[in-house]
Amino acid sequence: MREVTFGQAIREALAEEMRRDPRVFIVGEDVAEAGTVFKVLSGLVDEFGRERVIDSPISEAGITGIGVGAAMTGMRPVIDIMFGDFLTLAMDQIANQAAKVHYMSGGKLRAPLVVRTTMGATRRSAAQHSQSLYAWVAHVPGLKVALPSTPADAKGLLKTAIRDDNPVVFFEDKMMYSLRGPVPDGDHTVPFGVADIKRPGTDVTIVATSSMVHTALQAARLLEEDGISAEIVDPRTLLPLDGETIIASVRKTGRAIVVDEGYQQYGVTAEIASLIADGAFDYLDAPVKRLGAMNVPVPFSPVLEDLTVPTPEAVAALAKALCGQG
Amino acid sequence: MELGVHGRPSPGVTRDQGLEMYRQMLRIRLFEEQVNELYTGGKMPGLAHLYIGEEAVAVGICQALRRDDYITSTHRGHGHCLAKGAAPDRMFAELLGKAAGYCRGKGGSMHIADPETGNLGANAIVGGSTGIAAGAALSAKMRATDQVAVCFFGDGALNQGLLYEAMNMASLWKLPVIYVCEHNRFGEYTAASEVTAGDPKARPAAWGVSTEEVDGQDVRAVHAAALPAVERARRGEGPAFLICHTYRFRGHHVGDINRASYRAAEEEQAWTHDRDPVRLLGLWLIQQRMADAAALERIEDGARTEIEAGVAFALQAPYPDPSEVTEDVYA
Repeated sequence: MREVTFGQAIREALAEEMRRDPRVFIVGEDVAEAGTVFKVLSGLVDEFGRERVIDSPISEAGITGIGVGAAMTGMRPVIDIMFGDFLTLAMDQIANQAAKVHYMSGGKLRAPLVVRTTMGATRRSAAQHSQSLYAWVAHVPGLKVALPSTPADAKGLLKTAIRDDNPVVFFEDKMMYSLRGPVPDGDHTVPFGVADIKRPGTDVTIVATSSMVHTALQAARLLEEDGISAEIVDPRTLLPLDGETIIASVRKTGRAIVVDEGYQQYGVTAEIASLIADGAFDYLDAPVKRLGAMNVPVPFSPVLEDLTVPTPEAVAALAKALCGQG
Repeated sequence: MELGVHGRPSPGVTRDQGLEMYRQMLRIRLFEEQVNELYTGGKMPGLAHLYIGEEAVAVGICQALRRDDYITSTHRGHGHCLAKGAAPDRMFAELLGKAAGYCRGKGGSMHIADPETGNLGANAIVGGSTGIAAGAALSAKMRATDQVAVCFFGDGALNQGLLYEAMNMASLWKLPVIYVCEHNRFGEYTAASEVTAGDPKARPAAWGVSTEEVDGQDVRAVHAAALPAVERARRGEGPAFLICHTYRFRGHHVGDINRASYRAAEEEQAWTHDRDPVRLLGLWLIQQRMADAAALERIEDGARTEIEAGVAFALQAPYPDPSEVTEDVYA
């Protein structure tokens, strides 16, 4: 199978969907010749022109609103919000407009819009460029939320997002753009609401999202040295969420940890931990544990920043304790 | 002939146009009076924001549009919906939360949408649709139709940043969108003069947007301003901004009875007596010998029959089935 980077996978998904469907277009800050600050869109403007790869002013609410209006009237816009932290500026248009239009109109209007944005700390970008705010988005009915962790999932989920008739907020970890991995040839799509077992195991289930999938995989390698077999479940989409696969895994292993890079307080880990408690309580040999980002604004200093994000060592230590080896 | 705000004579319309505008404004007036009764009679849930006094804006603009042109509307949106072609019976049904309503009872007064008449929805976030309208205009341009999008909003939205983000892009990209500010002098319970600095029309002008200010009580003046703006937008020459000076005859919502804290009774009296847009057009039609009092009465009778039938339909219509609560969250 071909190996491409995460960034290349995103670019391929967009190019293929734009070739397939003339209604698909991109709008955002520095998306055309600059190819975004992360260079993910490099070259798309050469193929599709400035009419379909549209450089916008720095107006996050405006471009999101324009995307909603275009989506409601027959287009399939892909909005680029450079940093996920800037979703705050667009949140009325996402939460009050895009998310509600189908329901409020009794099903007559729809907003097939994709908001692509980034997430994640450890780039030394400090508190306003490092957050993982998908819990905010996943709180609102009417939206879908995708969190790819591999190039194959990035490509397949983005193609599915563009074809979806609902607003989708698509979070890409900016530390993963250079990550390489196999991507199937042809029209590779990944369905929403289907979790992926990234590593099979028998002793403990680690449910991990986006960047934390790789943290969990490293933790699993550490645990292997201690004779503990960890199963890594990647939900891939938070909305819809594949509870069945998560619960089936926990019923098998009897132990569960949920790891996520969003703030731990009131976050994604709590939702999934609750789901596990409901669906697998009788199978649990230990309480469900969760690990999210520290509840502090992400600090600048590398020494401090690295403390805020769950590490493989922390995940492994928690798993060992759960398995009675702590 | 009365004078508009610029001292220009109000433009003429044909007899048929004038009578149709009169009929449309009366439908809105009578619709809103029924809403008032339903609400005060305890039959209508939620909130009701009446458009009485502002009818000339919706009608003057929408008479310049085609059915497939788009509008976005506001929390005070019944007039826009009717003027764009919505039917009173399904609107009343929506206001009462009935299954036969335009949104199957899920939107209510502040969210009526009707794609068949180009109505992309009323919006309960002040200024919330200023981007959506520009997006509809961008979509029309990309699909190479000659549709235009009209964004209705009140003077309260003049101070929402989204309007200026969207207008900047509309101007840069020559989008066929027309921003129609219904300057009714009050944002909720606060006078516009207390919250809006400078000259509002200097703002769109600074973005290079064609701007005009009209007497919003004179449907012919509104219509005359709308026509060239719509034609320019259709030709791909970009956005326009119309400030229509009007007056909210009633309160911010139906329950806003005691308005002494923010405006004088004499002021209300002067506007409602001297500047009633329906009455002004009726007088003009008679002066022009385009209609006599009996003809106007016949129009009123017809509108009243339609509105009363709409209310009766809605009152008898069933509520949605409880199972519908989870439908339409996702398409």
